[in-house]
Amino acid sequence: MLDYVLPRYRVLRDKDECIQCGVCERSCSNGVHHVDTDLGRVTADHSKCVNCQRCVVMCPTQAIAISKWPQVGNGTNNWTLENMQDIAKQAQTGAVLLASMGNPKPYPIYWDHLLLNASQVTNPSIDPLREPMETRVFLGSRPNVLKVNEREHTISPKIPPQIKLDVPVMFGAMSFGAISLNAQKSLAMAAEELGTYFNTGEGGLHKDLERYGKNCIVQVASGRFGVDPHYLNAGAAIEIKIGQGAKPGIGGHLPGTKVNEEVSRTRMIPEGTDAISPAPHHDIYSIEDLRQLIFSIKEATRYTKPVAVKIAAVHNVAAIASGIARAGADIIVVDGFRGGTGAAPKRTRDNVGIPIELALAAVDARLHDEGIRSMVSVVASGSIRSSADIVRAIALGADAVYIGSAALIALGCHQCQDCGSGKCNWGIATQKPDLTRRLNPEIGAQRVVNLIRGWNREIQEMIGGMGINAIDSLRGNRLMLRGVGLNEKELEILGVKYAGE
Amino acid sequence: MKRIYAIESWCIDCKRCEVACRTAHSKSKDPVKAYKVEHVPGARIHVEGDQHVSIAVNCRQCPKPACVDACISGAMQRDPETGIITSDPERCVGCRTCVSECPFGCIHVESVALKCDLCGDGHGEPGEPACVAACPNRALIYVESEGCHHGE
Amino acid sequence: MVPREGDVRIPSGCAISGIMDRSGTRHDGTDILKSIALMHDRSNGLGGGFAAYGIYPDYHDFYAFHVFYDTREARSETESFLNDCFLCEKQERIPTDETVRSIKNPPRIWRYFLQPNPHKLAATEYDEAEFTMKAVFYINSQIKGAFVASSGKDMGAFKGVGYPEDIGEFYRIQDYKAWLWTAHGRFPTNTPGWWGGAHPFTLLNWSIVHNGEISSYDTNRRYVEQFGYECTLQTDTEVITYLFDLLARRHGFSQEMAAHIMTAPSWDDIDRMDPQQSAYETALRVVYSSALVNGPFSIILGSEEGMLALNDRLKLRALMAAEKGSMVYLASEQAAISVVCPDAENMRSLDGGVPFVVQLDEVAERKAKESPVNEPVPSKLKGSRTTAPVSTDRRGV
Repeated sequence: MLDYVLPRYRVLRDKDECIQCGVCERSCSNGVHHVDTDLGRVTADHSKCVNCQRCVVMCPTQAIAISKWPQVGNGTNNWTLENMQDIAKQAQTGAVLLASMGNPKPYPIYWDHLLLNASQVTNPSIDPLREPMETRVFLGSRPNVLKVNEREHTISPKIPPQIKLDVPVMFGAMSFGAISLNAQKSLAMAAEELGTYFNTGEGGLHKDLERYGKNCIVQVASGRFGVDPHYLNAGAAIEIKIGQGAKPGIGGHLPGTKVNEEVSRTRMIPEGTDAISPAPHHDIYSIEDLRQLIFSIKEATRYTKPVAVKIAAVHNVAAIASGIARAGADIIVVDGFRGGTGAAPKRTRDNVGIPIELALAAVDARLHDEGIRSMVSVVASGSIRSSADIVRAIALGADAVYIGSAALIALGCHQCQDCGSGKCNWGIATQKPDLTRRLNPEIGAQRVVNLIRGWNREIQEMIGGMGINAIDSLRGNRLMLRGVGLNEKELEILGVKYAGE
Repeated sequence: MKRIYAIESWCIDCKRCEVACRTAHSKSKDPVKAYKVEHVPGARIHVEGDQHVSIAVNCRQCPKPACVDACISGAMQRDPETGIITSDPERCVGCRTCVSECPFGCIHVESVALKCDLCGDGHGEPGEPACVAACPNRALIYVESEGCHHGE
Repeated sequence: MVPREGDVRIPSGCAISGIMDRSGTRHDGTDILKSIALMHDRSNGLGGGFAAYGIYPDYHDFYAFHVFYDTREARSETESFLNDCFLCEKQERIPTDETVRSIKNPPRIWRYFLQPNPHKLAATEYDEAEFTMKAVFYINSQIKGAFVASSGKDMGAFKGVGYPEDIGEFYRIQDYKAWLWTAHGRFPTNTPGWWGGAHPFTLLNWSIVHNGEISSYDTNRRYVEQFGYECTLQTDTEVITYLFDLLARRHGFSQEMAAHIMTAPSWDDIDRMDPQQSAYETALRVVYSSALVNGPFSIILGSEEGMLALNDRLKLRALMAAEKGSMVYLASEQAAISVVCPDAENMRSLDGGVPFVVQLDEVAERKAKESPVNEPVPSKLKGSRTTAPVSTDRRGV
């Protein structure tokens, strides 16, 4: 059958600059480039290009750029090229469309409508170069009141277990399987260096990474892959994954081709078999079931580790979060619809869930109204793109954030959204040894550490500008935000005033 | 002295080191001119293998170099101060004795012998040879080392 | 119309001053007036006031309400509400000197000596203090044109719009004798011109004078709101008062501990402590992280125990202290102490984040014998302050 699908990209090669060294050919796992000695030039199979930009970066003479396929649309806003291409693909295959990374659709990005405050005259801004500027955060549940012996400086009973973050950023759940061991190791090394945490995702904890256990959050998801008492006790905290922002209501599917020997051992599943996580946890059909799982895990870890529950931001997120807090979770993770994924049905990724900004504001407000906000920690995720987004998220009520995509971008990811193919040229979303080898964790960790150090410095500058010298005083401090280009309802949900008010 | 070492596990067969080497040994130091105008001879570093297993093969700057001992024209010399071994193209007669003596296969001949001279001061850290600076995956490292004692 | 305090958040700078006799001997308002008057330039005529402790020895056991009324109707509505909820021992106009020309359009200012009506109190879930607090919240938020300026026992606030020295003259504070006086001169950045918005801010026996603008305001506000406080004035003093009330009265900490929590040691310092001390401070910071007060401030907290002075952790606002015999002096400027006590001793600037506690001698003696473990009060204070502690439907009375 003739394939009606058009190429998406076109490789532009500057003939004057190209030295036919072949770096591009050897860099491309999709087989786009070819040094053709007969023709005496380098050719390209444009239809195979996914725009991962590996060749662009690797080319020693900067001879390559990738452009959109120059096909003109038919001029209608309705039958866009993308809509028609999707139909062509499905007409060809009869399959569910798959996609990767976060929701790319032009929904409003509320971060970009929230502006930050700074001090002028009436109180001084604080210079992080001269004054201590604290970004340490603890996550865990707390009592409302402490019993303290003021003379002996003792506390009884002790407070519940907490995890300590020196920076208000953690690396979100990305499983070994979805990403390479080298990618996960990069994050683990960076987490250790930064004093924060990486998350195993639902892929178990590879034996090589057990030494990073004190900087690791181990995840328990619906497939329970890699879960046993040893695993639960190997990390600093445990996260129950109910849902994921990129694909709320959907389980996971790691194709058998990615389940090599190492993945198989770590996930505790046979080699080469598909790893399919059910959509729900089949032991959680209601909130009281969640409570049982939380306490099973607490029992298994003898109440020494905080338990987080991660949900996708869906319509009723505030009430669900409140229920999770009351079910005994120590940390609530809310993942917005722009959060990334290794693979998701395209229609789910693009149409299900709500933005993290609104979800976070609603969750924080609900917990606050119920008088329980200070008793649990809230982590926001789902496309935190910069330090300014972190400041906004904390001002909206988060204790800390998870980043996934941003960390991968630091490792080299160019958001080509082709993770599902397993041919990631950056060595991230692949298990092929010749590709995973491209990501040297020493370099990866250094890049991620650099990123977060840079961000943390920026956070310190921004909160210092507000006259704040501890990030505790930013949490829920929505007075530090003003909206632009938002309607009344949006301002109400976000709990912020309009700029100029 | 500092020497270049290749790490097989991180070599990804991209051969950027080869391009960098040829460029560094051009007059213009520009890859396009080096390849298209100057036609600089082949690189002094070679990536052997394929996408599954590969490694850059390059001179170890041996403290007791067999190539220097074997050179019939006196072209191959080891600088006693820096320890760097170079071949003087004016004196080299292209006899390939050095090629046969080198235990690592690091020398090749295109009319005269070509080998690594630890070029340095290209991009990257000060003094870092061009191939090391160009390696995207730290499969080439430039570190202080006693060197191997082959040929002692 | 310019919005009034509570409609918007109004940053302001200030002068503060405090004079206390640890022995409990009472002195008239002459010195505090002189002290705050010296710092004239630190206020701009848009607010001034005093808090005085020990002024009503004859009504020692009664809640003394100082109330501002804009209208006659406000007064009758308030009094009928008070008659419902309280037994009123005495009510009178607070004597003022109307000849102070700079004081314009003062409200009608009354005081009441009250005790909660025992039947009404028993019908609620509150203790006496929370019952009274709820009543104050109700009047301030629900009765238009009425504002309770103070509501503690044997203490009172005298405040208004004007320079503090003029306000002092207006209220004739020389006629009152107190063992603790605090004073406040305000420099707000706009002109609300509302008497209720002047400082000190008070709640039951607490009074606070404050200089600064806290940058953690919204975080602190949202924190105390969870415990049933509502910050209708949107001022720093209000939220700091609620923090003290929450930590000291309801969570049962000493005032010093409450202040310590609000200006917790830095993580750098905590990391250098021995493990037990470090764990102790970490637990306090973790549990009370939203009670951390950030940004520049200097405050003097008055209560039945004495006074407590506190500076922000970075010491971004001035506050001086000195002593002479049983007298302790605090002021934003050294000169404001010297002017009333030229030979004051031990004159010093207070350190940032280190609470300076001055207790009445008898209080200090009593506290030394008490348990060092806090005893939290189970509170029912939840929900909106807009509801009265008892039904306000008087048809049933």
